[in-house]
Amino acid sequence: MSGDLFSARFSHPLLMPAIQSPATEEIHPDVALVERAKAGDTAAFEQLVRQYERQIFRVAQHITQNREDAEDITQDAFLKAYEKLDQFQGNSKFSTWLVRIAVNESLMRLRKRKTSKTVSMDEDVHTEEGSIPRDFAEWRPNPEQEYNQAELADILRKTIQGLPPGFRSVFTLRDVENLSTEETAEVLGLSVPAVKSRLLRARLQLRERLSRYFRKKQEGQPA
Amino acid sequence: MNCTDLLSHLSDYFDDKLSTRLLEEIRTHTAGCEHCRVVLNTTEQTIHVYKGNEVYEVSDELRERLHTAIMAKCLAVKK
Repeated sequence: MSGDLFSARFSHPLLMPAIQSPATEEIHPDVALVERAKAGDTAAFEQLVRQYERQIFRVAQHITQNREDAEDITQDAFLKAYEKLDQFQGNSKFSTWLVRIAVNESLMRLRKRKTSKTVSMDEDVHTEEGSIPRDFAEWRPNPEQEYNQAELADILRKTIQGLPPGFRSVFTLRDVENLSTEETAEVLGLSVPAVKSRLLRARLQLRERLSRYFRKKQEGQPA
Repeated sequence: MNCTDLLSHLSDYFDDKLSTRLLEEIRTHTAGCEHCRVVLNTTEQTIHVYKGNEVYEVSDELRERLHTAIMAKCLAVKK
């Protein structure tokens, strides 16, 4: 059983380790585009917008859970990046800098929602609730095949909505947008250990919630 | 390794940051602990299902609308 688990783990294409960078450090293609944009080349900036507009919208939508807010934030984030392009020093990747702007805008938007009780990045992240496994049922062999794409997306949305913003942000950046732990820490202004801790708890909470949908039915339970 | 130790190494496990020795300890523990085996398996499936499915669809229509709005705002600032 554990042999299957391990072989499945390392053979799954989505979970394969990232390909190592070559020893000689390559210059990211964004660097040239950013330099051209800084010099006033609007077409270069437009290319950067094309490259990252989907990602920025997804990040904003995941964090705010609101489509209209996500649209506004996407526009504001690119506008802010355009206005502050001279301040971008190139110490981090352009995409990391851009995501950081979008995350900050998203969290600010959440804080402005007076009615929301989870408005702080740090609120709720100190509780152990949901972080200690309680559901020990195996899932059905192919839960993804039991729901069509729309149903599955609905389940995933409902499940991630329940996470506190501090966990949702970390999970979105690491497991949805595939940022590294270090990049996630930089974007959120957290330490690497804090990112790891929040990521683990986010993953465990989501696992617990998804188990309600995907767990094997026990004998005697209605299907 | 006990169940609490395993949980504390779970993030590094999924990020392929564990030493061969710790991987072997996890393998040994999960071989004899069904609960941890289930937690490991289903947490892995949780990550997989989120990585493999688009939770929020960004349609081409939405993308174009956003793109037009972004560029209009930026060009207005330039003037």
